[in-house]
Amino acid sequence: MLWEVEIRPAAGRRDAEAERAAELARGLGLSVEPTASARSFLIEGDLTREQIERDAVPLLCDSVIETAEVTACNAEAPRSAPAIGDGELLNVLFLPGVTDNVARSAKGALQRLNVPATNVASVRKYWVAPGADPAALDRLCRRVLANDSIEHVVRGQLTLDTLALGKPYRFEKIVVPLRGMDDEAMLRLSKEGQLSLSLAEMQTVRDHFAEVGRDPTDCELESVAQTWSEHCSHKTLAGPIRYEGPDGTVEFGNMLKETIFAATVAIRANLGDDDWCRSVFSDNAGVVHFEGEGDDEQCVCIKVETHNHPSAIEPYGGANTGIGGVIRDPLGTGLGAKPLCSTDVFCFASPTTPADSLPPGVLHPATVMSGVVAGVRDYGNRMGIPTVNGAVCFDDRYLGNPLVFCGNVALIPADKVAKKVSPGDRIVALGGATGRDGIHGATFSSVDLHEESESVSGGAVQIGDAVTEKMVADVLLQARDRGLYSAVTDCGAGGFSSAVGEMGEETGAEVHLDRAPLKYPGLSPMEIWISEAQERMVFAVPPENVAAFVALAESEGVGVAELGEFTGTGRLVLKYEGHTVADMAMAFLHDGRPHIVRAATYAPATVEPLALPDKSDWTDELLAILAAPNVASKEFIIRQYDQEVQAHSVVKPLVGEAEDGPGDAAVIRPLHASNRGLAVGCGINPRLGDLDTARMAESALDEAVRNVVAVGADPSRIAVLDNFCWGNTERPETLGSLVRSAVALQDYAVALGTPFVSGKDSLYNEFAYSDESGERQTVAIPPTLLVTAMGQVPDSGRAVTMDLKQAGNALYLVGETRDELGGSHLGLVLFQTGGTPPTVDAEAAPAVFAAVHRAIAEGCVRACHDLSEGGLAVAAAEMAFAGALGAELSVEHVPDGGDRLSDAAALFSESNTRFLLEAPAELTATLERHLTGVPYVKIGSVTDGDRLVIRGSDGSPLIDASLADLKAAWQSTFAGY
Amino acid sequence: MSAPRALVVRAPGTNSDEETVRAFETAGAVVDHLHLFRVLEEPDMLDRYQIFCVPGGFSYGDDLGSGVIFARHLSGPLGDALGRFLNADKLVLGICNGFQVLLKAGVLPGGADGWGANQTPKATLTWNESGRYDCRWVRLRNDRPDHAFLRDMPDVEMPIAHAEGRIAVSDPAVLKEWVANGNVALRYAARQGDLPEGGPTADVTLAAPHNPNGSFADIAGLSDASGKILGLMPHPERFQFAHQHPRWTRLGLTGEGAGMKLFRNAVEWFD
Repeated sequence: MLWEVEIRPAAGRRDAEAERAAELARGLGLSVEPTASARSFLIEGDLTREQIERDAVPLLCDSVIETAEVTACNAEAPRSAPAIGDGELLNVLFLPGVTDNVARSAKGALQRLNVPATNVASVRKYWVAPGADPAALDRLCRRVLANDSIEHVVRGQLTLDTLALGKPYRFEKIVVPLRGMDDEAMLRLSKEGQLSLSLAEMQTVRDHFAEVGRDPTDCELESVAQTWSEHCSHKTLAGPIRYEGPDGTVEFGNMLKETIFAATVAIRANLGDDDWCRSVFSDNAGVVHFEGEGDDEQCVCIKVETHNHPSAIEPYGGANTGIGGVIRDPLGTGLGAKPLCSTDVFCFASPTTPADSLPPGVLHPATVMSGVVAGVRDYGNRMGIPTVNGAVCFDDRYLGNPLVFCGNVALIPADKVAKKVSPGDRIVALGGATGRDGIHGATFSSVDLHEESESVSGGAVQIGDAVTEKMVADVLLQARDRGLYSAVTDCGAGGFSSAVGEMGEETGAEVHLDRAPLKYPGLSPMEIWISEAQERMVFAVPPENVAAFVALAESEGVGVAELGEFTGTGRLVLKYEGHTVADMAMAFLHDGRPHIVRAATYAPATVEPLALPDKSDWTDELLAILAAPNVASKEFIIRQYDQEVQAHSVVKPLVGEAEDGPGDAAVIRPLHASNRGLAVGCGINPRLGDLDTARMAESALDEAVRNVVAVGADPSRIAVLDNFCWGNTERPETLGSLVRSAVALQDYAVALGTPFVSGKDSLYNEFAYSDESGERQTVAIPPTLLVTAMGQVPDSGRAVTMDLKQAGNALYLVGETRDELGGSHLGLVLFQTGGTPPTVDAEAAPAVFAAVHRAIAEGCVRACHDLSEGGLAVAAAEMAFAGALGAELSVEHVPDGGDRLSDAAALFSESNTRFLLEAPAELTATLERHLTGVPYVKIGSVTDGDRLVIRGSDGSPLIDASLADLKAAWQSTFAGY
Repeated sequence: MSAPRALVVRAPGTNSDEETVRAFETAGAVVDHLHLFRVLEEPDMLDRYQIFCVPGGFSYGDDLGSGVIFARHLSGPLGDALGRFLNADKLVLGICNGFQVLLKAGVLPGGADGWGANQTPKATLTWNESGRYDCRWVRLRNDRPDHAFLRDMPDVEMPIAHAEGRIAVSDPAVLKEWVANGNVALRYAARQGDLPEGGPTADVTLAAPHNPNGSFADIAGLSDASGKILGLMPHPERFQFAHQHPRWTRLGLTGEGAGMKLFRNAVEWFD
């Protein structure tokens, strides 16, 4: 029997969901909008109406604000008229197999109330006025009410009579006749089977199995495809590259290792005994020393991932599983780290893009933005991990290919940093059950998106379940502290295939796929093996601990299954109901991939001068920059994140008198017995990449370091992390621009002494479609590098914020300003291109960072803000309105290294390694002593007025604006979001 | 008297338990930090404690509405043991999700009165007026200065972090009853200026962000009549250190955070 419990707002109560959907529909200019909504539960089981009304309704319906109606649901006897008027009813149901957390919770709660529900589904219902235009109704369903990749809309009363899903699987061994295939057939197989393997790779697999004397099974072929995928092996950047740049040709055997990783090796060598890196580039997250020694030593680790392709198709689920995945990285680092905080950075096309200008197959950027933010919010908040840092960049080339960077910082005792799998250890899976979720996610993120992605790749979209992951984390940390396992890793892209393949690389593994708990029947062994169902971790558990491990998991209601064991054979053996479905050498999986030398070229772009208007008042430009989307307040996003949970927040993302000013970086105090703080910040500026990716890379690293130094981090204890997001690197010039940025990062990181401890790249970020005239168009994202910095603040009680504190205090500009307006926000608001992009001074920069840190650590600094987009003028404006205090500055003596700066350059140049400091009069002498040897000027003072005035060399005001106008400009852009 | 024993219960999805345990321990309580499943295995263990606390989080994902499933455990299998607890001279605290749990289980606002009887709820905690999650600091006016948890806390700031923190009532007339019983414990107040004079009114509501969620009568926390049970949406356990305050760098705050007072009050109540 199938029952429906339909729950609607009680008479006189707001129908917030209908209002929300109607507003979205109006925003898209649709002629139809929902007038009412309901949520409903379909409950299947041997149940009477009385049971449903007595037990289920009080559980599901909040009687203070809602009413419920119970109806029998079946195919033969359609139910009475719709509940509201005579409008048309639209039911939104999840596609079969998509994770339905609400339904699962309802089923569990009903069963505990002795209501024997066998299946539950959750439904959203909407009513629209009758006689709607069919095309508008269709758009309403697709664009507003449901997302095709996870949901479908059923019009009218539901007539289904069962929710049963999946048929029992009957074993069939599938062998792929690869040995008989020619090149064309293999390429077709790779494409149609979503293996994403190149011809050379397919040939290598064919030749390997020819040598073995048989054809591969589907599981074997998939294991190869997953292991060799760009996502899992980073074969492009960690492979051989022949780079032809302006200074000649360089041959890399492993580009990442010889640039980014090499920087860390050099820094560690320089540090000698003072080396504070603990585990870098070898585990799921990079680990460094934090505090204490010996048995009490605590370390911290960090990882930042991207989840771009899934977020393009289903922004909520994509971002949800993005953050869920990156939280599992620290959990799977060493023997498990405890997540402390998250950082999330996004790149979108403009949310004001006209809806009718979108290419086919593209979600509206506003839809993408709200979905991504909600996805991060709902997962992070539920996990109880504060999101403390972030940034959002806008560029129309992110249309169809948004970037979603999710990062996590975690705490791990030093004695839990090492892990080792031993033959005989059992393979134990912990967490969620396995379904068809996300099959081919690993290979999917290695191909360009195209307009059919929405349908072809739909199976690749997963929905997260944060509470399951929280439960997994709770069990993992207890099991870790009880010493119950010897190694752990997370199931990310490639699912069990990647996790077991990685852990068993040295030993070999035998896995019984039929032992994996399934969400529903019908999965083939291959599907179980590569499913990317979320919230699963794989452990190596010594046999004597298996019982205790299983008991612990069961005591907290977390799914657990022993899948097999790590062997000593060096082979990957997969079994299903006694049949061997794979048996191959780990060595071939991990080392058999052909190394293809990729071509990379770089030719410098010619620098055109920036044509600036001749004017004496730049107030309008300042207001325009403050309102520019990359600079404008992101409070509407930040407030949706829990920044306080775990109770270790010291400097929040929003600071100042009204708690709404833009902090440079967050500071947390993770150990409550200690004042030592952790600062998390980032640098990203895709506008520079179009001019020179080397300058972009250096600037991103400099900005990340600036941000954490500005709040009090010690520049000699800053770990950094790179995320390259680029277009199709099969084009030599695209790969070349990436190599150039990696080399620049290497050099500057060594100069600053900031080791890279981990990183992740995402290539092929392009979107292809056919335009109105049938022409094939490709939109590649601008080269985008995110650098995340994790700094250490010796005494978090000395942390500073960027808001001005007190009238009469002096303002100091530290660092040298050059005429570097290329890629600047001044150029953006003047609609001008050209100009020199910001450079770095590898010799001078370390001294500037050290001096600013000394001044902060010694307590001389009341406020500190880094100079970035919009330069000096924007920094001063933000400090003033955040502190609700005026300021008077003069650019007359701005340190310019001998170049004569124009007023515009003094105000708006985006030169790196600069800070604006506030110091009380009685401490300026001490401050100046700390700044000895670095360029600085006492540039002005804090006033008790309500204006920001910046004067030019001749004393006349270049900027004169009220704090209210400055703040209004900065807050107006996203005021309605 | 020796230090009171406190039980902090975590369910699947609870996420503010560790800092809540730390706050009680700092205040001097002896704390047991247990999974709900352990309490369900032995409900009578409640008799061993003087303080019962449901901390913040998303118990069971709040999938059926905030706190609903956890609340079912309290009113169902734990009903008898909790009834004894409520009738004894003991304290109960629910923070954020814990407040949602206590309200939806019927522990608040009635407390011991009518516990176990099948009463029709008159109030709920539901979606913020804004329709979304909101994290910010708020200022609170204390309407129950005699409350076990709220002594000497006339004017205090704390963070909120919730999506479903708006008190909604089936009939605004209930306010009269609540005021008479002392059920209104904490109200949101304007961040600047003087605290409001006088008691709550049903028709005037402070604008967001001061009342961050549109809560009925600006209510942030409810008590039972006896002043021994408290449920509140703001998080006192997130203000254990002065440096957690959003303006500590402006105000020069150091030392202990004002949220600790609530936990110290609870422990000292047993002196």
